[in-house]
Amino acid sequence: MKKMTVNEERCKGCGLCTTACPKKLVVLRKDKRNKKGYFPAECTDDAACISCAMCAMMCPECAITIEK
Amino acid sequence: MAIVFEKPHALCDVPMHYCPGCTHGIVHRLLCEVIDEMGIEGDTIGVCPVGCSVFAYNYFNCDMIEAPHGRAPAVATGVKRSNPDKFVFTYQGDGDLAAIGTAETVHVGARGENIVVIFINNTIYGMTGGQMAPTTIPGQVTQTTPFGRDTALAGHPIRVCEMMATLSGTALAQRVAVDTVPHIRETKKAIRKAFENQKEKRGLSIVEILSTCPTNWGLSPLDAIKRLQDECIPYYPLGVYKDVTAEGGDK
Repeated sequence: MKKMTVNEERCKGCGLCTTACPKKLVVLRKDKRNKKGYFPAECTDDAACISCAMCAMMCPECAITIEK
Repeated sequence: MAIVFEKPHALCDVPMHYCPGCTHGIVHRLLCEVIDEMGIEGDTIGVCPVGCSVFAYNYFNCDMIEAPHGRAPAVATGVKRSNPDKFVFTYQGDGDLAAIGTAETVHVGARGENIVVIFINNTIYGMTGGQMAPTTIPGQVTQTTPFGRDTALAGHPIRVCEMMATLSGTALAQRVAVDTVPHIRETKKAIRKAFENQKEKRGLSIVEILSTCPTNWGLSPLDAIKRLQDECIPYYPLGVYKDVTAEGGDK
């Protein structure tokens, strides 16, 4: 079940979400770039995600949607 | 699956032009969340400054006006006086509010205009390429102070919240930051309180938000957040400098 959805074309790869995650699950992808050339963020383990939305609170682009 | 967090309705679904890691986007979103929560999207009029946030009118679903450099509080005064039932806010950076717009800012407080001023303080001129601003911290290297800001030559920074708190027309003067999630929640509460003050016609509310400028500071977004915590917050202490609704009035 996917809890964190990143709008990959909107993401600018700043990495602020990676520091906000209390479980340290959010990382920047290394295998994929978006059209602007940035490495978008992703959640590495959806099962461990607690849907706290702290990554989304920190995202300057409002690119993250959190479900529970 | 219930949605826990998504883009607020008042925020337009368009890409923002800000640099990666720029905290303008966080403040835009918090403003829109407050507008959504109060249900005032159709009754809100925003006034944009000149600076990086000059295109902010593209990102808000409410009505927006573009003001000349520094004159956003003056424009907002006219809007609010002719539409007293609308919610009016200005969104200004430190070059706009604390340099060219100092007079407008001080007098809007002296007159006690019933508006909300959102003040983004990132201690540098962003759009023009990283020159020294009135809020630049002593010793900070910028394009125009390559050896660090020298207070003997360039004077001392202006502490806007402390200054505005001395004016009798000010209802709320609060300094917050957007470096961590707890501080972001605090910022949202401050913006909400500012809009509530406007609803209750208490006077001017100014919320100073310490922000980052990774591009012009020459740092990565994460290092910029660290500088905000290590250098900016100690120099500009967070807190409520004036709140007429608090116990006993002024703090």
